[in-house]
Amino acid sequence: MTYLADVGALARKDLLLELRARDTIPAMLLFVVSTLVVFHFVLPTGSSDLAATGLLWVALLFTALLGLSRAFAAEREQGVIDGLVLAPSDRSAIWLGKALSILAFLGLAELIALPAYALFFKPVDAALVGGVALANLGIAAVGTLLAAMATAGRARELLLPLLFLPLAIPIVIGGVGASVADDPGRYLGLLGVYDALFAIICWASFEYVVTE
Amino acid sequence: MAASIALIFFYAPVDEDGLNQKIFYFHVPIAFTAYACFAWGGWKALRHLWKREENADLESYVAIHLGVIFGALTLVTGSIWARFRWGHWWEWKEDQLVLFLILFLFYCAYFMLRFSLPPGPQRANLSAVYALFGVALIPVSVLAIRLSQRFIHPVAFNEHGTNMAASQFFTFLVALAAMLALAATMYGVELAGKRLDERLRELREALQ
Repeated sequence: MTYLADVGALARKDLLLELRARDTIPAMLLFVVSTLVVFHFVLPTGSSDLAATGLLWVALLFTALLGLSRAFAAEREQGVIDGLVLAPSDRSAIWLGKALSILAFLGLAELIALPAYALFFKPVDAALVGGVALANLGIAAVGTLLAAMATAGRARELLLPLLFLPLAIPIVIGGVGASVADDPGRYLGLLGVYDALFAIICWASFEYVVTE
Repeated sequence: MAASIALIFFYAPVDEDGLNQKIFYFHVPIAFTAYACFAWGGWKALRHLWKREENADLESYVAIHLGVIFGALTLVTGSIWARFRWGHWWEWKEDQLVLFLILFLFYCAYFMLRFSLPPGPQRANLSAVYALFGVALIPVSVLAIRLSQRFIHPVAFNEHGTNMAASQFFTFLVALAAMLALAATMYGVELAGKRLDERLRELREALQ
C-alpha cells in the first residue's frame, strides 16, 4: 500500500506544480489547436476525411512529445531526481507517478483536441476515442521512461523525439487503424498488447535508468 | 562463404524470375543475420542488467552495431530486389522491408543515445534498457505492420516464401550459414579490437 501512496504523492506533486506554474499544459493546448489549424491548410480542398484522421494522430503524437520533453524539466533543473532516487521507496514508483501525471496532461490536451477536430474536420466516433485512450497509456508509459533517459544525455531536447518516434510507430498504426478501419477491434487489441508489454518493461527497467 | 557464392551462382536453378532471383540468397540470409545480431544484443543487454556481467555492455553494443550494418544491407538488397520484381525502388507492401526500416531507425536512435552519454555505468544501463526495448519492438512491429496492410492496401498479402525446390532450399541454408559465420567472425574481430582499445586506454592512463 505504501507503494501506491508513493505513486499518488509523486503524481500529485507534478499536478500541483503544473497547477501553480502552468507552463506545460497551456503550451500543449495551444500547440495542438494550432497544429489542427495548420493541417486544415495542408489538406487541399477535396482531400478525404481519412487524411484528416491521419493528421490528427500526427498532431496528438507531437503534442505528447512537447509535453514529454518538459516532463523531467523540474527534476533536472532543481536536482530533484537525486532526492527521489535516494528516497526509501521503490524506484519504479517514480516512473509510475510521472506516467500518471503525463497521462493526465495528455487527457487534458485531448479534451480540447478532439472537440476541435470534430469542429474543424469530422465527427468523432467511439472507436477513435477508445484508440486515443489506449494510445495515451502507451505514450505515457514509454514516453516517461524515454524522457528520463533523454534527460541524462547531452542533447536532451533533440534526443527524445529520436528515441520516441520509432517506438511510437506501432501506436500510430493501431490508432489510425482503430479510427479508420471497419473492424476497430483488432487495432484496439494491438494497442492493448503494446500498452501491457511496454508498461511491464518500463516498470521493470526504470530502476536502471535512474541508478548506476 | 565462397562455397555459398559458388552454389548461388552455379548450382541453384534459375526460376521464373530470372537472374534477379539470385539476390534472394543474399537478401534473406542477411536479414536473418541482422535479426540474430539484434537478438544477441538484446540478450547481452539483459545479462548486463540482470547478472551485471562485466563485458556484456560492450558485447551488446558490438552485436547491435553489426545488426545495423546487416540491417542496412538488407534494406539495400531488398530495395534492389523490389526494383527488379515490382519496378519500384521502394515497396511498402513488403512487410519485411518496412520492419527493417523501423528497426533501422530505432537502432540509429540507439547510437544517438549512446554517443550523447559519457562512458560509464549510466551509459551501459541506458543502452541496455533501450536495446531491450528493441527486442520487444520487433514482434509488436511485425504484428502492427501486418495489420496496417489491411487499411493501407485492402488486398490481402499472401505468403510465398516456403515453396522452394530442394536445391534452392539447400543453397539458401548454405548461404544462411555462411552469412551467420561471417557475422560471428566480424563480431569476434570487432570485440577484440574494442577490448584492445580499452586496454590501451587504460595503459595510457596508467602511464600518465
